[in-house]
Amino acid sequence: MNREPILQVDNLTKLYAAGKGCEEVSFDLYPGEVLGIVGESGSGKSTLLSCLSARLAPDQGDIHYLTRAAEWVNLYGLSESRQRQLQRTEWGIVHQHPRDGLRMGVSAGANIGERLMATGQRHYGNLRDTAQSWMSDVELDIARIDDKPTTYSGGMQQRLQIARNLVTHPRLVFMDEPTGGLDVSVQARLLDLLRQLVTEMNLAVVIVTHDLAVARLLAQRLIVMRHGRVVETGLTDQVLDDPQHAYTQLLVSSVLTS
Amino acid sequence: MQTMIEVQGLTKVFTLHNQGGIKLPVFDGIDFIAKQGECTVLFGESGSGKSTLLRSLYANYLPTSGSIAVRHRGEMTAITGAASQTLLEIRRETIGYVSQFLRVIPRVATLDVVAQPLRERGVNVATAHAKAAELLEQLHIPERLWSLPPGTFSGGEQQRVNIARGFIVDYPILLLDEPTASLDQRNAAVVVDLIRQARNRGTAVVGIFHDAEVRDAVADQIFHVNPARKADGLHTNEGVSA
Repeated sequence: MNREPILQVDNLTKLYAAGKGCEEVSFDLYPGEVLGIVGESGSGKSTLLSCLSARLAPDQGDIHYLTRAAEWVNLYGLSESRQRQLQRTEWGIVHQHPRDGLRMGVSAGANIGERLMATGQRHYGNLRDTAQSWMSDVELDIARIDDKPTTYSGGMQQRLQIARNLVTHPRLVFMDEPTGGLDVSVQARLLDLLRQLVTEMNLAVVIVTHDLAVARLLAQRLIVMRHGRVVETGLTDQVLDDPQHAYTQLLVSSVLTS
Repeated sequence: MQTMIEVQGLTKVFTLHNQGGIKLPVFDGIDFIAKQGECTVLFGESGSGKSTLLRSLYANYLPTSGSIAVRHRGEMTAITGAASQTLLEIRRETIGYVSQFLRVIPRVATLDVVAQPLRERGVNVATAHAKAAELLEQLHIPERLWSLPPGTFSGGEQQRVNIARGFIVDYPILLLDEPTASLDQRNAAVVVDLIRQARNRGTAVVGIFHDAEVRDAVADQIFHVNPARKADGLHTNEGVSA
């Protein structure tokens, strides 16, 4: 079993104003684990995710990450170039808006291949094969491999972004509402794909979502945030089936069921 | 026989913060022990808290007070107050739970749904699929359905898929919430067989069975769940505790 965490977050605070941002957040994340962060808009979920993925320096607190080389590093003690290197080679960051995570000026195939090249792969045929195989995994038409993402629909762009991020077999993936703009059929396929990858690659994932059904199917553990603070945390099914905090009870009871 | 589950002074009160903080007591001060190789049936009127108790044993519900310990990796280990990591490990290795409803990712094939608990324990695809196929066959799910997602199946078929998924791992502890509720006699008999086989392997089974025939066929001990005294005229109702 994975007794050692891959990420340790200690007393993290980043405030834009009182109650805006995230405050005093602490948790450990283990390999093979999906941690869901849920809460309403403006509860600080995305701020927290930006801090965790070395894109926004916190006001206070520490984040420690265990690298592929089995070395603990203090994230904000690293140089910017080392942070970017971790982002490119050990992590995946799936943005809420695919345009933020894709290179819109180059082809879909190049968007996937580029990440592989950053890890040292150069063989054109292999890059193209891998790109094709990932495109079909996320149910994109491989005939469109040479088209630019600008010609793709929003849902297709999101799937391309996920393929681009997972192709390098990251150890830790951050996702901000990754299934938000997708058709439900594609959403289901992606959830299944993500869960398989977590199991097979022992991936650790932090996923921000306001969709409790997505959280239930994907995350083993949940953090519920409100006004920048963690109000409840626990096993996903326990938090959703027997919520303790007033806010979580409201959140759970407000879900529409079909 | 070794003790597998020990419950002491278990009390559950639901507090509904958004309904003026009213408190719904479910049960109060429950003590019981479940042993290796025995089937314990939770018995009581509707709303007595059987399901709540069963869910508490799986750490799906948080008890208000009291303690639950289970034998995990040979040692009695507290579930109440345990870290999430410990609970996840206990669920992966020690406790299986068959709920009344199948909750899975849409569009995933039935064979994969059933094989998943084995895959999560690191068993390879071929072995996991073979075991899944064996159980589905035993439970009379026709082979032509195995590649389809169970979402569109009938209630009875979904329940059998759920049962196959729960029995695919030889858990030391198995919790069953009305596993035969929507099954015909032929399939209920298969479930009775599966329960007996698990028990004979040494599994401690704890279950809720409304069907008296099934209950008589599997029960080694019956535990009566008595509802908490109704406080301030409030009723513990099934809608909350189920």
